[in-house]
Amino acid sequence: MSIVSVKADLPGRVVLLTGNEAVARGALEAGLGFASSYPGSPTAEVLGVLGQLAREFNLYAEWSINEIVAMEGAAAASFAGLRSMVVMKPDGLNVALDFLTSLSLSGIKGGMVVVVGDDPHAHSSIKEEDSRYLAKVAHVPVFEPATVQEAKEMVKEAFALSETLRHPVIVRCVTRICHASGNVVLGELPFREKKPAIQKDERFIINPAGVSMTHRQQELKLRKMAEIAEAMPFNWYEGPADAEILLIGCGPGFMYAREAVDILGISDRIGLLKLGVTWPLPEKLVLNHLRHAKKVVFAEEIEPVLEESVTSLAARHWSELGTLSFYGKNSGHVAGPLGPGVGELNVDIMIGALASVLGLPARQPENPQEPEAQPTAGVPVIDRELAFCAGCPHRASFWAIRAALELDGRNGFVAGDIGCYTLGLGRTGYYLMRTVHCMGAGVGVASGLSKLARLGFARPVVALVGDSTFFHAAVPALIDARYNQAAFLCVVLDNGTTAMTGHQPHPGMRVNAMGEEAPAVAVEEIVAGLGIPYTIQDPYDIKTTTRVVFDLLQQKVLHVLILRRECALVAARKSKKPRVYVDPQRCIGDACGCKRFCSKVFSCPANIWDAAAGKARIDEAVCNGCGVCAANCPQQAIAVEGRE
Amino acid sequence: MTEQPVNLIIAGVGGQGNVLASQIVAGAAVEEGFTVAVGETFGASQRGGSVMSHVRITRGKAIGPLIPRGKADLVVALEPMECLRVLRVFGNKQTRVIMNERPNYPLSVLQGEAAYPSPDNLRAEISRLATLLLSFPATEVASEAGNPVAANVVMTGALAGTGLLPIRVDSYRRTIAELFTGQARELNLRAFELGVEKVRGS
Repeated sequence: MSIVSVKADLPGRVVLLTGNEAVARGALEAGLGFASSYPGSPTAEVLGVLGQLAREFNLYAEWSINEIVAMEGAAAASFAGLRSMVVMKPDGLNVALDFLTSLSLSGIKGGMVVVVGDDPHAHSSIKEEDSRYLAKVAHVPVFEPATVQEAKEMVKEAFALSETLRHPVIVRCVTRICHASGNVVLGELPFREKKPAIQKDERFIINPAGVSMTHRQQELKLRKMAEIAEAMPFNWYEGPADAEILLIGCGPGFMYAREAVDILGISDRIGLLKLGVTWPLPEKLVLNHLRHAKKVVFAEEIEPVLEESVTSLAARHWSELGTLSFYGKNSGHVAGPLGPGVGELNVDIMIGALASVLGLPARQPENPQEPEAQPTAGVPVIDRELAFCAGCPHRASFWAIRAALELDGRNGFVAGDIGCYTLGLGRTGYYLMRTVHCMGAGVGVASGLSKLARLGFARPVVALVGDSTFFHAAVPALIDARYNQAAFLCVVLDNGTTAMTGHQPHPGMRVNAMGEEAPAVAVEEIVAGLGIPYTIQDPYDIKTTTRVVFDLLQQKVLHVLILRRECALVAARKSKKPRVYVDPQRCIGDACGCKRFCSKVFSCPANIWDAAAGKARIDEAVCNGCGVCAANCPQQAIAVEGRE
Repeated sequence: MTEQPVNLIIAGVGGQGNVLASQIVAGAAVEEGFTVAVGETFGASQRGGSVMSHVRITRGKAIGPLIPRGKADLVVALEPMECLRVLRVFGNKQTRVIMNERPNYPLSVLQGEAAYPSPDNLRAEISRLATLLLSFPATEVASEAGNPVAANVVMTGALAGTGLLPIRVDSYRRTIAELFTGQARELNLRAFELGVEKVRGS
């Protein structure tokens, strides 16, 4: 719940922690020496907490520019004997995968834990990726906590195990761990000596004795891991010892299944096997329970990884196991509204799955509030599209770019990227973007398209990339663009922070993860270093920005335009917000002919329409005081008071 | 069968402070010795999407952080339409509702493509679905406390004041005091007390 609880030296005390805080606490209880991350949902808060506590706990913490650099740093600390942790989103594991597949060959020294936060339903992500498949590729064991308490315990145990095996270990959390909160019993915060050292003869090399030898080592470690996993307290069984129906689950999916069993009142008919280590599979434990089962149901989030491991195990033992039926994502029984493996699990999905496997009637609605049973009584519930915040500089940038592209009239093509501004693919960004993929991809795609000019592609090309994404992944594409003579406009939407994930520092800022002053790396320094011409412009000045974009589009060369204006949320926190209000004497409502520009066209959520008065109004609870609407109002009916 | 948890949903729009409200309630519940599970949606925070926090309080064993359909005992809504959205899926005949009356308009309403229901119709529909509806203009009350943004804490105060959860008002106060320092602590405590008074006075 707060940093006070995360650092409390009160063993035995029960506190409320978020899953991310519990992961941080587990690492502190394990004597963490080094932590690194690039901010990504849903795990972004882990390093935020560790950074704040770095000095107090004598550890080093950094926001790295991307996940592979973060992982390389954590590995280095491990080589020097420190316990290290690297935290990322599943997309981040994609970025770091090349290194991880090498690291699991070379081995490590100090315990090293990779925390990955998968996001079933993609609540705050761009995709529903299951990182466990990547763990398999990298030959790295996977722990999966089912509760917030378990997240803390598993991180601690993962460090110990990693050190024993000299092998990195992944703790796979999902959103309903990371962004959940629950009771956590605090453990000891032991003193652990942190003296980084590498012995004279120590080395960490991918294939010191040939590729096959190191691959063999990897396989032996995994076998050892499977043996250790057999006896781990994170695996347990409840229900009748000889249950013919067996549910195997992990993570929050298991918790939903257990509640579904309670609600259906079938706990005397079904055995529940909960696994904490899902890869490599604790085969003896699973086999012991498969022996008494006839039907096996799976509860796990996103892909059928556990399901496939268990069915493959059963296939290898079919002569002794006899006939078994499997119910999960592959059979289609465990499925959300959009199908198996899509979206996240919940209690209702597990009730439906278990009822169908057991041949129970579909659950009777316990109340008339079930949506299908409920009349709407003419009161609609309107969907809320995500939108740029009130005062967001991106809204001004998108407006200006749209206006410039319209003026240009050549059907300009806009390639997007990953950050708050990705929302601009929708209504709030006037549907400008034509491609969105992974971090940094927009610059590469724009570059590629512009190179097609010599084959007759005549549309001007614009890439939109945020400042944090620029540092993370855009620079290689820009080097390529210069060398291969691409000609496009790369717009860096520089709001001075990593806004999407909660305003974490990045190299463009004067502060690091530990709150220390840092030498900032300006976007324009890098661009100048690459020999690419650039312009800096404040997007709040929409008229000038529109003209600048238009002029640059006419030049048909590679150019970087930095639209620089601090994130409105950061600005609003720093100083007293100016008061923006509509002068009802000046606003003439629909008689103006502006088509309600402020609310309906520019569409800042703070600009609302007062239907009773027939005039525009500012919602003071939402407004962040940027005043851009005041500059746009044709009647100059919007006033700004108290601007510095 | 195990003991049934008390299920509370806090519903609102990204940026209204759902997460803070749920952390205050959950922190106070842990202080009172309950087992708590909270599920948040905060990817959409600050960006105008629908958000909800599931807060589950029990004396029994650990449970998952998501409330099943039709199983919400209490809904605290920071915005009227979000109240209805949640009630239609998670409410039942016994659900009690505490609601901020201040609407927050979706983009499609601002752009004139959809019409926001009238306050009277919304209230009537919510009253029809719930066994109890307490509503008041919490944003205006928060302005009285010093900042309209503190409507989430006003609503938390209202929840505490009703006594509908088995949590003492003092436990909420202590949790707020632990979460904040300085001026923010004063503002939030003030907002909380105004919320408590609002329901006790009515």
